Parts: sequence; structure tokens; C-alpha cells
Amino acid sequence: MLCELWLSMSENILSVNNLSVSFDYQENFLSKKQKIKAVNNINFKIKKGSFFGLVGESGSGKTTLGRAILGANKVSEGNVIFHDDERDFDLTSITAKEMKEYRKKAQLIFQDPYAALSPRMTVRDIIAEPLEVMRITNSREETDARVRDIAAKCRLNLEHLRRFPHAFSGGQRQRISIARALVSNPKFIVADESVAALDVSIQADILNLLKQLQQELNLTYLFISHDLSVVAHVCDIVAVMYLGHIVEMAPSRELFSNPRHSYTKALLSSIPSIDPEKKSKAIELQGEIPSAMNPPSGCVFRTRCPNPTHDCKEGHIEMGLIEVSPNHWVDQCCVNCG
Amino acid sequence: MSHLLEINNLDVKFDTDEGRITAIENVSLTLDQGKVLGIVGESGSGKSVTAKSIMQLNPGNTIYNENAEIIIDDENVIKFTSKNDLKKIRGGKVSMIFQEPMASFAPAIKIGHQMVEQLMLHKTMGKGEAKNISIDMLNRVGIADAEKRFNQYAFELSGGMRQRAMIAMALSTMPKLLLADEPTTALDVTIQAQVINLMKDIIKEFNMGVIFITHDLGVIAQVADDVAVMYLGSVVERGPVNDILKNPKHPYTRGLLNALPDINNLDAPLKPIPGNIPSPLDRPTGCVFRTRCPDPTHECKEGSIEMGLIEVSPGHWVDQCCVNCG
Amino acid sequence: MEISSKKKEAYYTATQMQLVRTRFFGNKSAMIAGSILLFMIVCSLFSGFLSPYDPTIAGRDKDYENGAPQIPIFWDENGFSPRPFLHTLTKYRGADTNFRWVYKTDTEKRRYVYFFVKGWEYKFFNYSINLPGKALDFKIPGIAFETHLFGVDEGGIHIFGTDKAGKDLFSRTLSAIYISLAVGTLGVFISFVLSLIIGGISGYYGGWIDSLLQMFTDAIRTVPPIPLFMCLAAFAPLEWSSELRFFFISCLLGLISWPTLARRVRTHLLSERSQEYILAAQLCGASSTHIIARHLLPSFTSYIIVDLVISFPYMLLSETALSFIGLGLREPVNSLGVLLQNATKADVLLNYQWYFIPVFFLVVLILTFVYVGDGLRDAADPHKTK
Repeated sequence: MLCELWLSMSENILSVNNLSVSFDYQENFLSKKQKIKAVNNINFKIKKGSFFGLVGESGSGKTTLGRAILGANKVSEGNVIFHDDERDFDLTSITAKEMKEYRKKAQLIFQDPYAALSPRMTVRDIIAEPLEVMRITNSREETDARVRDIAAKCRLNLEHLRRFPHAFSGGQRQRISIARALVSNPKFIVADESVAALDVSIQADILNLLKQLQQELNLTYLFISHDLSVVAHVCDIVAVMYLGHIVEMAPSRELFSNPRHSYTKALLSSIPSIDPEKKSKAIELQGEIPSAMNPPSGCVFRTRCPNPTHDCKEGHIEMGLIEVSPNHWVDQCCVNCG
Repeated sequence: MSHLLEINNLDVKFDTDEGRITAIENVSLTLDQGKVLGIVGESGSGKSVTAKSIMQLNPGNTIYNENAEIIIDDENVIKFTSKNDLKKIRGGKVSMIFQEPMASFAPAIKIGHQMVEQLMLHKTMGKGEAKNISIDMLNRVGIADAEKRFNQYAFELSGGMRQRAMIAMALSTMPKLLLADEPTTALDVTIQAQVINLMKDIIKEFNMGVIFITHDLGVIAQVADDVAVMYLGSVVERGPVNDILKNPKHPYTRGLLNALPDINNLDAPLKPIPGNIPSPLDRPTGCVFRTRCPDPTHECKEGSIEMGLIEVSPGHWVDQCCVNCG
Repeated sequence: MEISSKKKEAYYTATQMQLVRTRFFGNKSAMIAGSILLFMIVCSLFSGFLSPYDPTIAGRDKDYENGAPQIPIFWDENGFSPRPFLHTLTKYRGADTNFRWVYKTDTEKRRYVYFFVKGWEYKFFNYSINLPGKALDFKIPGIAFETHLFGVDEGGIHIFGTDKAGKDLFSRTLSAIYISLAVGTLGVFISFVLSLIIGGISGYYGGWIDSLLQMFTDAIRTVPPIPLFMCLAAFAPLEWSSELRFFFISCLLGLISWPTLARRVRTHLLSERSQEYILAAQLCGASSTHIIARHLLPSFTSYIIVDLVISFPYMLLSETALSFIGLGLREPVNSLGVLLQNATKADVLLNYQWYFIPVFFLVVLILTFVYVGDGLRDAADPHKTK
């Protein structure tokens, strides 16, 4: 009985509650200081072993959210709790010592394979750096063994370890990035647009690698991307973000076959189809994405919604996710509109 | 029947510190008025180099081969060297849209000024007439408040609007041929859809010939009439878009289609093309695709088969090597 | 052009420094300039060995004042000699020369040039600094030698001629190159240390520290250098020994020229600091020291070396200019500026043109530094377009 309770409690690896992240912005020395809320009142949970996708266009706040979860951006409101096997880490009240532990368990894979690797270190040193900084290993032999082990899993051989980043192509560099993220045996990986800068044929390769590593090493991924087709293929659960809010969240099959929010519908219809005979009828959204400095009150999507209700247009409706079918959450405003 | 654009036997090599690198080899393409030719390829395929060769925008260390021909309106433009001749093509008969809209506009000069300056360079007209044409063009590409935008700087516009403004600028000189080098790659997907619809309308209205370069097969399917697939500097397959996408004959084209995540078929696994794209310094002899072909013949692996396109069905050309292999 | 797989592997495993070195060696003009520069530096380091005479007053040749250059010859009307020799010169003044001292050549008497002769004593590695106050006096007795590369048995051999007091210009030029280079090195070193500290703190921390330090840097930069030099140099009391003066001038040069280098260091740091691999290191929990030592410093080492080499000629020119107007180094210390100062009289221009030989050496020295600096910069930054 206790065992079952314990198991259900530790099912989630990450809980995000009412999270907001704001930045100070000052145009120049003399102008007023403004606050930009890049992430606004986000709530979700990630289950252990899942592949959680976060989709959004530019300005949606997905990268800020990913980095806030790792402690690279400061949390302004709400909290982020990481549930490890032994204890929980609350990022809003974490001590320096706990942060060191947390860093071993949660890592980031960057987007740009060319900028993410230090050009003056060998691949072996790049991969070994987390081990050395976090003092995980005690001797050079131990470090070398672990580096070789993870490199082999990422399909990098011994010759590659002696070379410098300038010798590698984009896909290979991304594999080095992945190896570096995994060398400290983390449980949770944030992949921030990790395949966006790669060629299509290499993209498939890296995605397969990520899936394979997930099974081998028992990982949980937060996969941030703007590319819906990629997210549809690899993720179990997908959350769609717009201007700092999550507007829809559902298992990926459900989301792509049955989208409820107008924004999600527009996004899906915008994907150009490979079949030349199926000319896409993209739902065209009016206008541009509003500036984050001055977001619309109430429902942030009301300025572009193709069919807003009167209340919504006035900005009276508050945003908030409601469950429309098991595990399928939509922002309450657009349940009525779209 | 004369084509709008004819590229024959084009070789482009660069003289670098590491030696002479072959960027493209033996490329031959044709384009007719009112049609869209899509060029698809990944990094290193040479698609940008091909487009830039038409306008001679390649850097100073470029070497073209002697018998290359780029014929626009019956003139072999690759032989042009004088500034006056080049002015006829650049911005005159041919216009180009680039990937990064921010890079197309000078940041410290207003957009309107740049458009007007460009028009006056290529057509003889006064400032007033040029301004009217520019504002009209901005309207046509769907920019609301065109008069206001005319007097703004590039950074005051969003990404999608900047791209539209760039299209307006490119079209204002009424070119016969439009080169679009990855125009939608840097845009959000909803904006991309808008820009693609815009381009389709404009192409129909102006009856231009367009070369549309991209790595996104979905965009090609929606926009192009014909498509040429390039790999490491050579054209490996060419033909009508329906044929190529439904019935690909080259293993590289097939590999590309298999590697794509298809939103309508979420169960299908993603199949990457095995191996890595060789560096241009390491260009394989004979058939360039032999290092990654899933089923090469023995002679192909040795590198003894020469590349060359042969017609397998009307209008559908494939590299002869891979007709036997794949 | 086939590139062998061994070469490719070498390229893949080459560190940044190795790549820079390879590219530099492939640059012909830089290599030629570098060899000339190296040759001159070595000659100046061995100036004692190569000079037949003491460059100070102690080595003057009373019998040959304002003398023209004497080039050893192998052949004259009396026949060939494998050992180079010089003709004897006698001082003569008479009515026919307007009562000016001239030198008459006697082609009968030969004076042979010998190699590895014993001459005046010179020391290696001797430093003595006499700063005000006994506690700061600093003396290293050096190793004394007496052998010189060449010399003659009788009379003097003056390859570049002599000056008004009879001091050998060849010896003076060699020692001048050494002193100028030494002053330049010390100045560059001081400037480098200062700019690393100030530019480093400014670039790494950013924010208000950066603004404050940049204001300070700009303030120093706006002061016009020549009046500043003149003021500060004029403060140096005349009684200071020549070594002290030397040290003082070097410090001055370093203190005036650090702002330019500091700004470059700050720019490099600011641009590197926002790179993603730095964020990756921070996400591992790396401390600032680790990031600076392992990532930031190596990233701009090649740029800093280039900046240092390029700022050398400016140091040389500043020191020369100062000494030229009399505010820098003075007799008996030689520097190229001091030598140039002697060449300013009309008399010299008309009659004693060999006084200008040091000018040629100054120009060559600066040009070689500039070419080497340019070559290094091209080698360090391969992403330039032609």
C-alpha cells in the first residue's frame, strides 16, 4: 500500500506551478524600466520517462521556460519542483549545495552546434568538462573511461575524441553536445531546438539517437521546438505556447488529430504538405504576434483569433487551462470561441 | 521554344587556402516564363552558389569553366564582365530575395529610400514616380499602412513584414526572373504560410519565372512546378514536382522523403540517410552519392561511373549511375 | 588535388595555436619580415660581441672623428687578398682643403681584418637599477667577455663611420637597436598587464563596472599623447642615472598606451562571454575562475599576441620621438632616437651623410614588425574574405 503510494508520488519528475519569468528592460539609460513577462502563469507536470514537447513560435517564451527550469533564468513567481528519487529540489528556494546536485541531474542540449562547443578544446576535454567541474570522477582514468563510454553510445569513436570541433559537421557536433549533456548521468534533459539547425537527413538521425538513449539510460526529455512535424513524431505529450502562456496541452496523437484551440488549428494547417496535389488551405491568422511588452489583456490570442466571442474581444475572459477530455487541456477562453 | 533561363554545363570552383574546391559540377537547368523551378538540397549541395552564379554574386576567388552557359533572353550572361552589362541582369532582368530579411535592408536608411534608389538605378524615372510605384508594391504584398511603412526603418518591422518588404523591393523593377534563396526558412510557420500564399499570387499575376531554393520539401510541393534535387554540387534528379515527389527514382531523393517526419503518418519511423555528407574537400570521384547509396553497384563504388542525367520518363531526368543502383 | 589522410588527420587534431602557426608559415611576406626581424633582434642581443668598439665615450677613436664609413675590401690595385683589409688613413689639414680636417687614403699600407679578436670588455646579463633609496637598488653582476667578431691590429675599423666625438657608428647602432627594443618590450609588457586587468574586469563583469572603467579608460585616451609625454618626461630630474631614466621612460610609454589594448581585451571578452559554450560551462556549475582560465583566456590568446606585436612599432616610434626631441633617453645611453637627434644639423646633411644610416634601421625595424603583425593577424583570423 505504502509502496504504491510512494510510486504514484514519484511518477512526475517535474512540476511547474504558476510559473512566471519576467525580464527588466530599459531602452536606454534615461528611459523608464519596463518588465517583460516572457513566461506567464504556466502550470504543467512532466512524467518520468516521457518525451514532453513544447511548441511555439518566436516570442512564445519556450526557450525562457526551458532555461528557467534549469536555473539559468530567475523565477519571478510560482515555483519549479524537480522530483528526484531521494528528494525534491525547489528551484525558488534552492541552496548552492543543492544546486550542485541538481546540475548533475538536469542538463541542456543547445540549438546551435557551432556555437555550443568551445573551439579550443578537444572533443575529449569538452565531454569531460562536466565531470571535472562537478567532481564526479576522482582520477583521469575514471574520467576517460566514462567519456569513452558515453561517446560510444553517441556513435563517436576514439579518433574523434582527439580532434577539435572544427573537424566535424553539424550533425556530429550535435552528437558531441549530446554526449556532453549525458556524461554526468542526468535524469532530465532539456533539448532546446536541438535539431533545428541540422539538415533533414541528419535530423532524423539525431532524433533516433535521442529516442534510443532515452530507452537505454532512462531519461526524460523536455523537447522544445518550433517544428510541429518533428514534435509530432517523437513526443508523447505536446504543449503549445503562445506569448508566454500554454494554450493547449494533450498527448501528441490526440493533439494532432483533434486540436481544439484556434492557434493550434492554425499552426497545424500551416504545415506545407508533401503531397503536391493537396494544396494546403492554411488558416491565415490576421495580424502579427503582439509585442511581449504590451500583451493583450485577458486572452492573449484574442487579437488574432478568427472567431472570438464578444466577451473575449473585450478582454474580459481570464486565461486558464481546463480539461476537455482525459489529459487534453485547452485554454478556457478558446473552448467557447474556436 | 526558347526558355527564359537556360543553364548549361556550369562548373563552379573556388580557389581557397586548402586547394581548389568544386562547388558545383556540370549543372544544367531550364526555366520557362511563368513557372517555378524549385531547387532542393542540403548544406553543401551548391544550390545557393548556382543562384548567385546567375547574378555573378560569387566571391572573387570563383572560377567558372570555359564552356559554361547561362542564357537569359538569348544572352550568355556568364560572359559579362563590364559593369553596364552586369547592371542589366542584377536588379534589371533578374531580382533576388535572400534568406535573412534583416540583411537585405541597410539598417540606417529608411526602407522607402532604398526602394526608390533601387528603382531609379534600373529604370529611368523621377523620384515621385518611383515613390508611387514602391508604395503600390508595398500594398500589393499585403503590408497594411504602406505609406507609413515606407518611411520606417527595417528594424521597426517584424520578420514577416520585412520579408514582404524585401519581396516588394525585388518585384518593383518588374524582373523577368526572380531568384528566391530560402526566403521562408527564417520565418515562423504561420508567417511562412502567409508568405508562400503571397508568392503564389504574385507569380501568377506577374507571370515571372521563379527559382525557389529551399531545403524544405513541403514548401516545394506547394510552390514549385518543377524541381531539381542537388547533392554535393551535382543535380541528381530533375522533373515535374508530382513525378519527383510521388515517384522518386534517385536513392537520395527517396532517402530525403523517408527522413521527413510526416504529420499524417505518426507511426512511421524516421529513416535517416546513412553516413555523413562528405566535406567539399573530399568530393567523391565518379558518382558523388556512392558513399551513402544503400545499394551501389561494384563499378559505382570504385568511382568509375561518370555522372550524367538521362531521361527515364517524359521530363523526368535522373543521374544515370543511380538508375542502375537504387 | 588529393589531400592525404595523414594530412587531414593532422588538420583535425591541430590546436588553434598550431593552425595559426601553419598559416603564418605559409605567408611569404610575413616569413621574410619575420626572418629579418629575428636577425636584427639576435644581432642586437649580441651587440657586445659584434661591435668592435665600446659605443660610449670610452671607445672613441680620437684619430678618426667624423670619419666616413670604411668598408673592408678584398681587392685593390696591389692584388687580391683572401683576408679582407682596409687602407690606412691619415689626418691632414692644409690650405687646399680650406683648413678642414680630411682623411687621406694611403693605398700602400694595408691593415688586415682579423676575426674573433680581443677588445673592450662587455657583459651579459648585468642589470643594475639605482632607484632613489638604497633599499630598491638592484644589481646582478653579469658574465664578462672580451671577444669580438672582428677588429684590426692598427687604427680603427668603422663600418658605418664615426660621429663628431669619434664614436663608432656601427657599434652605436647595434646598441641603439637593443635599447630601443628593450624600452619597447618593457613598455608593451606594462601596457599589457594593465590592459588585461582593467579590460578583463570590464569585459567579464559588464554592467556598471564596465561603464565606470570605460569612462576612466576613455578619459586617459582623450589626453593628447605628445604634450602628456613632454610634461611627464620633463618631470624626470636630470640627476637620474641613465638606467633609471630608461626604466622611467618605459613605464611612461606603458602607462600612456594601455587604453587601446584594454579596449580590445574588453571587446573580445564581451563577445566571447555571450557564446553558448560559456553558458554550457555555467550550467555545469563552473566557477568564474574556471571559465576564464579554460574558455575565455585561450579564446583570445591569439588576438592578444597580434595586438601586442602590432603595438610594438608604436612604442618604438614614441620612444624615438621622445628621445629625438631630447626628453627621452640621453647620452650616454644610445637609442635610435638619440642617434637621430645627432642627424638634424645642416652640416651633417651636406658632409656626413652616414649619420643617416640608423634611420634605415629604424624604418626596417618598424616595417618588419608591421608585416609580422599583419601576418599574425591574418593567420589568427582565417575567416576574412579576399
